Amino acid sequence: MAATQDQIVEGLAEIVNEIAGIPVEDVQLDKSFTDDLDVDSLSMVEVVVAAEERFDVKIPDEDVKNLKTVGDAADYILKNQA
Amino acid sequence: MSSTNRTVVVTGIGATTPLGGDSASTWEGLLAGRSGVRPLEGERFAELPVQIAATAAVDPGDVLPRPLARKLDRSAQFAVIAAREAWADAGYTAPAGEDASVAPERLGSVIASGIGGVTTLLDQYDVLKEKGVRRVSPHTVPMLMPNSPSANVGLEVNARAGVHTPVSACASGAEAIGYAVEMIRTGRADVVVAGGTEAAIHPLPIAAFANMMAMSKSNDEPTKASRPYDTGRDGFVLGEGAGVVILESEEHAKARGARVYCEVLGQGLSADSHHIAQPEPTGRGIAAAMQNLLDATDLKPSEVVHLNAHATSTPQGDVAEIKALRKVLGDDLDHVAISATKSMTGHLLGGAGGIETVATVLALHHRLAPPTINVDELDPAVDADIVRDEPRELPQGTIAAINNSFGFGGHNVVLAFRTV
Repeated sequence: MAATQDQIVEGLAEIVNEIAGIPVEDVQLDKSFTDDLDVDSLSMVEVVVAAEERFDVKIPDEDVKNLKTVGDAADYILKNQA
Repeated sequence: MSSTNRTVVVTGIGATTPLGGDSASTWEGLLAGRSGVRPLEGERFAELPVQIAATAAVDPGDVLPRPLARKLDRSAQFAVIAAREAWADAGYTAPAGEDASVAPERLGSVIASGIGGVTTLLDQYDVLKEKGVRRVSPHTVPMLMPNSPSANVGLEVNARAGVHTPVSACASGAEAIGYAVEMIRTGRADVVVAGGTEAAIHPLPIAAFANMMAMSKSNDEPTKASRPYDTGRDGFVLGEGAGVVILESEEHAKARGARVYCEVLGQGLSADSHHIAQPEPTGRGIAAAMQNLLDATDLKPSEVVHLNAHATSTPQGDVAEIKALRKVLGDDLDHVAISATKSMTGHLLGGAGGIETVATVLALHHRLAPPTINVDELDPAVDADIVRDEPRELPQGTIAAINNSFGFGGHNVVLAFRTV
């Protein structure tokens, strides 16, 4: 069953918490991974791979650069999840 | 700012070792003659001929915040922990620049490792084989590169004068300290964070060292396994951890009113050019390094009252070192209290020069030479004064100490320190 936007944000929050140590409640739709959540380009790859696994979605490298905010990532996953 | 032959002093120390998570607990363990060698538990060590190691007393993952720890190889974790302690011990309250008493452009980092991020490399190869390409961590390269500990320590303290990583196997840590001294002496930096780290307790390095017949197989008595100078010694015991010092030009230390532990007189270097891994049995290369030290500094053999030996507990190496000392120091060796602290810490490879420099600095500071444990029967070929079982008081007045480190490849590094 496909995840809802809320479930995706919750999942991303857990992933970002694990990787960057940011409290889950700070991971909101409008937050930028690099500017607000201490996720650098290398850690972003980790976030993407963890999200792929969790939400059964493929996020090609060329699309990763468009995922600036948590909202961008949530929308992408919503549209592309299996 | 370019001046040469400036006096270099030690203003801070830090360590995380098999004996303790900081330099104070490590020193306490050394004085108490405690062994940090433990059995290696777990399935992955079960088939190995060697099932003991001097594992870190405090796991670095329990000390560093998780987001930082997961991006650092264990060797860099140890280095960062030891560097943070040393930095604070030297009286710095924030990274360079933010703490205005040192400019980032005048601060260097020279942290060495013998093997670098070997466990990261091997663990990620397991990930590649078992879980596939996509799961290999994007942090793998910055974690496994041998300059990673030095670079990460540089990031911690905001070092911009230079970040360097000499690699010379088990002499690496000492070579780093020598390199740092030169950076200050030649005017490239005023302050350098220097030392060595290692984290190679993994089945592959252990299997490889064991197959070289370099390691002790005293699995039944771990705390008795590392026994430098004892007739029953049968090889080294692998250890892990880091030792770091803050080196500073004397003028810089004085200007900010820093506490000074001792002076670093300098280094003597040489190469055996004998065999890739075997020690040269007469100690020719070691003697040359020692002589180079005497020639390059104003150290007088009569001042030397303590020596932290390389002494790894191998049958050949321990004796070759003593022969070299006798050759160069002559009768002056008789007043040198020799400590082989690897009897307690195991052999930290590239970390050895770091933690043994910390031990040597503390020995001068407290005027106490730590004991060598497990010398039940002194090898008659060891014609020198080995401090056994109990710490030894060192004389008052101006005294000097030497720290020796030698590495596979035939690298010989001898460092000298003196009270101020």
